[in-house]
Amino acid sequence: MQPEYKLDLVSPAGSLPALKAAVDNGADCVYIGLRDETNARNFTGLNFDATNLHSGVEYAHAKGAKVYLALNTYPTGDWDRWKNAIDLAADKGMDALILADPGLMQYAMKTHPQLHLHLSVQGSATNYEAINFYREHFGIIRAVLPRVLSFAQVEELAAGTKVELELFGFGGLCVMAEGRCALSSYVTGESPNNCGVCSPPKAVRWQKTAKGLESRLNGVLIDRYSDDENAGYPTLCKGRFEVEGETYYAMEEPTSLNTLELLPELLRVKIRGLKIEGRQRSPAYVAQVTRVWREAIDLCMKSPKSFSVKPAWTAALGKISEGQQHTLGAYHRPWK
Amino acid sequence: MKLSLGPILYYWTREKLQAFYEEIAAAPVDIVYLGETVCSRRHIMRLADWLELANMLSGAGKKVVLSTLTLIESESDLKTLRRIAENGNFAVEANDMGAVHLLEGKVPFVAGPYLNIYNPQTLGMIASLGAQRWVIPVEMSREVLQPLQQSRPAGMETEVFSYGRLPLAFSSRCFTARFHNLPKDDCPFLCLDDPDGKTMRTREGKPFLVINGIQTQSALVYNLIGEMDSLRDLGVDVLRISPQYEHTAEIAGLFRSCMDRQINPEHALQQMGRLMPEAACNGYWHGRAGLEQMVHASERSVALAER
Repeated sequence: MQPEYKLDLVSPAGSLPALKAAVDNGADCVYIGLRDETNARNFTGLNFDATNLHSGVEYAHAKGAKVYLALNTYPTGDWDRWKNAIDLAADKGMDALILADPGLMQYAMKTHPQLHLHLSVQGSATNYEAINFYREHFGIIRAVLPRVLSFAQVEELAAGTKVELELFGFGGLCVMAEGRCALSSYVTGESPNNCGVCSPPKAVRWQKTAKGLESRLNGVLIDRYSDDENAGYPTLCKGRFEVEGETYYAMEEPTSLNTLELLPELLRVKIRGLKIEGRQRSPAYVAQVTRVWREAIDLCMKSPKSFSVKPAWTAALGKISEGQQHTLGAYHRPWK
Repeated sequence: MKLSLGPILYYWTREKLQAFYEEIAAAPVDIVYLGETVCSRRHIMRLADWLELANMLSGAGKKVVLSTLTLIESESDLKTLRRIAENGNFAVEANDMGAVHLLEGKVPFVAGPYLNIYNPQTLGMIASLGAQRWVIPVEMSREVLQPLQQSRPAGMETEVFSYGRLPLAFSSRCFTARFHNLPKDDCPFLCLDDPDGKTMRTREGKPFLVINGIQTQSALVYNLIGEMDSLRDLGVDVLRISPQYEHTAEIAGLFRSCMDRQINPEHALQQMGRLMPEAACNGYWHGRAGLEQMVHASERSVALAER
C-alpha cells in the first residue's frame, strides 16, 4: 500500500530557540546548518554546534518532527570539514542531509548508506533529467527546486521523476537561479557557492550623505535612500541601478515570496515539501510564519476545493516580510 | 596550451554570425564552442544552422564543441538538448547536470563552467562519467585550482575562462525585457539591439554589470593575459576567450602571441586597451573580489584603488 500523501511544512532554524519555535508551532521538519561555511547561511552568531544540534534533534524527535542538516555549499580546500559534518549528521541521527556537491553526495552514500539525501536548491536542478541524474548516482529521495520555474514547469518536471519535490513557499526571494549566481563574489569575494553567504554583512557600509543615505557593498553603491524611503539591506540584486538613463530596481524589488494561494495546486501535483526561507530570522519570525502555514496547509488538505487565503494570514505574514511586499515569483509566469 | 573561443553569449543576427565565424575560421584559435547557452527563446539559429557552421569551422581545422543551454526548464528545452547530445559527430559541452545525464557513458564530453566543480572529488566523479575536459567555475582562484590540478584524473584537460565579460548569474527573468517593461513571453527579441549587452551603472555612474537577457554579466572585462606564467605553471591546457561584437579575432591573436612568447603580456594588455569594451579585472584569479584588478609589480601584487 502506498503511504498516504502529505505535504511537509519545512521550517528554518538558525538556533535552538528557533528550532523549538518551529516544532512547537507545527513544523513537520526543521532544517538547520552548522556554524561554519558548510552551509548557505554562514552568518556570525547563527547556527548549531555538535552540542545544541544533539539537543535540537532530541527535542524535535520527541515531538514527532524531523531535522534536516543543510550542507549545501561546495567544498573548496578543507574537504575534511564537510566530510566531518556528514559523519556528525550520521552520528546524531539526522533525518536527512541537504547537499549540493556531487563529491559530497558520493561520500555520504558510500560511507553512510542509511542517510537520506536531499538535493539542495544550490544544486540548480531545474529539469527532471538533472534530478534523475542525482537519483541514479546518489539515491537522492528529494530535490528542492530553484525559484526560477513557473508552476506549469514544476508540474511538467514532477511528471518526469520519482524523486519527491520540495518548493520554496515563503520568505526571501532569489531572483537568480540558486547555485548559478556569482554576483556576490564578484563584488565581495564571497558567494553562496564558495562561502555560504550572499552580500555578506562585513562588506556592508552605510553612509549619510547630502544626497541621502547610501548603502555600499565593498565600496560599490547598491542604493541611496531619501528621507521618506525605508532603507533595506543591500542584497546586491535588490539595489537600484541606472540603465540608459533610467534608475530603477533593474533586477528585483525588495520583496518576499509568498505562495499561499498556490497551495491547492501544490497538493494537486503532490509536492512533498513546502519550504520556508529564513534561517537567519528570529525565533519569533519562525513561530509566526510556521503557525500561519500550518493552519493553511491543514485547511487546504481537508478541503482543497474550497480553500481560500484568509486575510488574517496575509496580514500576519505581511508584517514580517522584506519590503512588506509579496510576490508569487516565477511560479506566476508574468513575473519573468 | 590551446586557445578556445567560447559560445557567443549575446543574440546576433544571422549575417553577423556568418561573418564572425568566417573570420574565426582564419583566427589562431584551436577550439570553437558553438550554440545558444543563454536563452531558449532565441531562435535565429536552429541546430541544423549551428551544425553547418560547425562543419565549416571543422573544415578550417578547428575542433568544434556544441554547447548546451544553461538553464533548462521545459520539455522543449530537453528536446533540443537530446538532439544536441545525439548529434553523433561533434563533442558536447554540458552546462547542466541534465546534459551530463544524457551524455554520460555514451560519448566523451566537456564539463562546462556552470556544473559547479569545486573539488577533486567532484572532478573525479565527473571524469568517471566520460568528461575529458572541464571548465573551471569563473569565481575559482588559482589557489583553489591548484589541488584539483595536482590530483586530476589522467587525460582530463583543464580550461579557464580567460577573457571576456564574466557570465555571473542566470535567472528565469529576462532583464532586457524588464528594462523595456515587457513580459518575457512576448519579448520581440530586443536583445538583438545590444550585441555586447546593456550596461547597468551604479547611481554614481560607474559601470557595474551588464544585462544580457536572462544572464547578468560583469561590466568589467575579465582578462588573464597578464597571468600567463601562473596559468602555465598550473598546467592549464586551454584558455577560453568569450566572444564580443568587435575585435575578437585581434584579441585571440594577442593571446596567441603571448602563449607563443612572441610578445610580453604587459605589452599585450596595453594593446588590448583599445579593444576591450570596458576596463579589465582579474580579482577572481587572485582569490579576491572578481571586480578587482591586481597589477604585477615584479614580485609584488597591488590592488588598484577603488574603481
